[in-house]
Amino acid sequence: MSLLEARGVTVRFGGHIAVKQVDLDVDAGRITGLIGPNGAGKTTLFNVITGLQDTVEGSVSFDGREISRLAPHKRARLGMARTFQRLEVFGSLTARENILAAAEFRNRYASARMSAAEMADIVLEIVGLRSVASERADSLPTGQARLIELGRALASEPKLLLLDEPASGLSEVETDQLANLLVRLAEAGLGILLVEHDMPLVMRVCQVIAVLDFGSILAQGPPEQIRQNPQVLEAYLGSHRH
Amino acid sequence: MENLSGFLILGIATGSLYAIAASGLVVTYTTSGIFNFAHGATGMVMAYIYWQITDPEGWGVHPILGLVVVLFIVAPLFGALVERVIMRGLQDTSLVTKLVVTIGLMVGLRELVNQVLWPPAVRPAAKFFPGDRWTLSGVSVTAHDLIGIAVAILVAAGLYLLLYKTRIGVSMRAVVDDRELVRLNGGRPNRLSMFSWGLGASLAALAGILAAPIVQSTLQVDPLTIFVINAYAAAVIGRLQSLPWTFAGGIIIGVAQNLAVVYLPQTEALTGLRPSVPTILLFITLLVLPQTRLRTHSLQRLRESVPHSTLQGTLLMTAVLMAAVALVAQVSDARMVLDLSRALVLCIMILSLVPLTGFAGQISLAQWTFGGIGVWVAATWISSSNPLSLVLAALVAGAVGAVVALPALRLQGIYLALATMAFAVLMDNLVFKQEWMLGSSIVVDRLPGLENDKVFAIFLALMFGLLALFVVWLRRGPFGRRLQAMKDSPAACATLGLDLTRTKLEAFAISAAIAGIGGVMLGMLKPSVGPNDFLMFNSLPLLLMGVVGGITAVGGALFGGLLLGAFPVLARVLADVPVLPELFLLGPALAGISLGRNPNGAVNEITRSFRDRNEARRRRKELREVADVRPEGDGVAIGPEAPAHAGDGRVLIDPLDEPEWLGIDRPFTQREVQALNEALDLKESDLDVTARS
Repeated sequence: MSLLEARGVTVRFGGHIAVKQVDLDVDAGRITGLIGPNGAGKTTLFNVITGLQDTVEGSVSFDGREISRLAPHKRARLGMARTFQRLEVFGSLTARENILAAAEFRNRYASARMSAAEMADIVLEIVGLRSVASERADSLPTGQARLIELGRALASEPKLLLLDEPASGLSEVETDQLANLLVRLAEAGLGILLVEHDMPLVMRVCQVIAVLDFGSILAQGPPEQIRQNPQVLEAYLGSHRH
Repeated sequence: MENLSGFLILGIATGSLYAIAASGLVVTYTTSGIFNFAHGATGMVMAYIYWQITDPEGWGVHPILGLVVVLFIVAPLFGALVERVIMRGLQDTSLVTKLVVTIGLMVGLRELVNQVLWPPAVRPAAKFFPGDRWTLSGVSVTAHDLIGIAVAILVAAGLYLLLYKTRIGVSMRAVVDDRELVRLNGGRPNRLSMFSWGLGASLAALAGILAAPIVQSTLQVDPLTIFVINAYAAAVIGRLQSLPWTFAGGIIIGVAQNLAVVYLPQTEALTGLRPSVPTILLFITLLVLPQTRLRTHSLQRLRESVPHSTLQGTLLMTAVLMAAVALVAQVSDARMVLDLSRALVLCIMILSLVPLTGFAGQISLAQWTFGGIGVWVAATWISSSNPLSLVLAALVAGAVGAVVALPALRLQGIYLALATMAFAVLMDNLVFKQEWMLGSSIVVDRLPGLENDKVFAIFLALMFGLLALFVVWLRRGPFGRRLQAMKDSPAACATLGLDLTRTKLEAFAISAAIAGIGGVMLGMLKPSVGPNDFLMFNSLPLLLMGVVGGITAVGGALFGGLLLGAFPVLARVLADVPVLPELFLLGPALAGISLGRNPNGAVNEITRSFRDRNEARRRRKELREVADVRPEGDGVAIGPEAPAHAGDGRVLIDPLDEPEWLGIDRPFTQREVQALNEALDLKESDLDVTARS
């Protein structure tokens, strides 16, 4: 049984079907990539999993538990955390306070293994934000703001990490560091669902890749297989036949 | 019920007026994104203007002509002017600022009518065709009532034609969808906003004029304003978008209100119930309204900055405040001491909004209501001379705050503000007036040792200081971080495991508890307190002046409260000077309205200007360190004025003096520009630095 299992998830915005009958598994200890053209429904799927978006049909279970009806904060407490494609940092708090706040949220509902302050300092170190720890979050460039979001998610000690384009806005060096970090986190047992447009990064770190196109899963499999899948090529590069 | 059909007609007539008023509100809200709290006051003012034009005691113009003048000239001009001068600057400000500015306008219009233009007097409100009336199953229905219904139908048809059949209407609907896109496509969203504000004001005027004689036989400021505010419930039923539902909502409210006359028992305790029906319906509607989905990408760069108070600073502030109050109390007369004490109570009341509005970004228009509950508990449950009564008042007010907030918590922004306003109005009408509550005025004993007014003033300063320290301590700790995080991104908080509902509840409870203590303080200050001390209208200036002072910091509460307390004193002291007294009475409103230009609040502005100056000084020093060698010539050096010369061609700068940097500290003069142009061999037009700023 996978850590996260989405079955037959369908989302409708008015007449438009944003996500159609999607099945998706994310395993613990592995990085699952979710790729697809803009507007394919990747972020909507994230919103469904984290509870920000209601579904028309389908179910989501996490860690063996049906969570489709749970409020977002209750799902988070079961051990999932996410980042946002369009940043949602706490702009008026410092970088450290952002991460500290997340650690404190967690300490309020779970027995703490360490104090929130200790956790915040460790996470700052991990994501490489120590030098800007006391800068206000809304004064930092996009790349570092993304790292704050990642750090915040980590500070909540999740089992499942949902990352929505974490590498956009990062420099090449930073992207490289991010890749190493993600691999290490997966090795430590975390399940990671990664939405990303940086294909070299996706191909490098993911064990499984799911391709979403017009709201449906087009293909699913290991990177080598996805790279050669004609349907995927068509979705990305456009049709060759017309 | 044999006279049911008659009451039904009357209900539809009242409802029609609600519908007209509410449709104006919805039109402005959808096209400009600003919920106009001053809509009710606009209708009220227009009814007064109409009276002035048409009444024999005024200018005696024929009613129809007067109606045309108000509806098609005065009101649209007023609306357009409000949009152009006040509202247009609010596009990139927070919801709190937007609300405060329209509340400022509302308070201002109310004061303008009350204090300046039409001081209380008997002004009969005339019905149209007053002679024509029919009796329908035992109920008297006038031609005026029927006109209201007919006009509502015309307005509905007119709005439909406007929005769906005309170019401007299509553009207005487009602005709702995407303002920027309309601009890119060559539309003019600003002009459309102006048009919609004009239209909104016109509809408010129509409702106000028609409602005036129905509300009461003479013009009355507050009942008339409240009448149009009742229409907000209809707009909420239309979810602030749908005009058909808004019209339906208006009719529902009107009918329910009139049926309440038939079905509700006429007992003493329920006298306030009939006028409260729209408010109750507003409350119920807010409860059943579907929950707004948590929106992501809520992070937008707003013009507001969020500075924080420090514990040391607050401690210092408290000490200085107490010393200053002690000093003033020694040198001034008894009346001034009372004025000062009153201002300090206002400071405490505004302080209660700091955690709620300043930290958590939530809005409450019911702070004095919580104050009323606090004072009632302290004075009647146990003796208020017992210090425990303060604790009890805070606990009960806090608990009530939590209970009120509970249903409203699913709501955000405007809806939450409306819910607290509805609660305040209900308490005004139904509870505070009761004999067992504040109806027969209660006397609140002071704590032992505070009988002397001067001592009490110093005690109030101490109370403010202690509460301010508590608030700052909250902000510096995990709870404050939670509130701030929730304000910045509710979606991120939820997906990190924070229970938003509970957090908001806690913020409301703390805010209401502080307000409860403030209420007790007012009670101890005044010989006795009654329902009028805790009216919803009194709570509005608190939010206004809090935001004007800077609601994110406790210093802002102090500034706002002292200023709010100073206005009536200044008006009194300067009573013989023309214009000034009126200006001071309008002070809170004017300050609130001006907020659109300067949303950060006064205290923040002042501290920031100091910080900026220090920063500029530091920068200049750095600049000097890197560039202390400068060529000397006959022209002008871009640098300190009148530099010291070393004789070897270098310009020496004394790092300790503070020279003025041309072009940095002040713009170049024309002469200097010429010299620069010559020195750099430029044509006049190449370097025209003065022209830019």
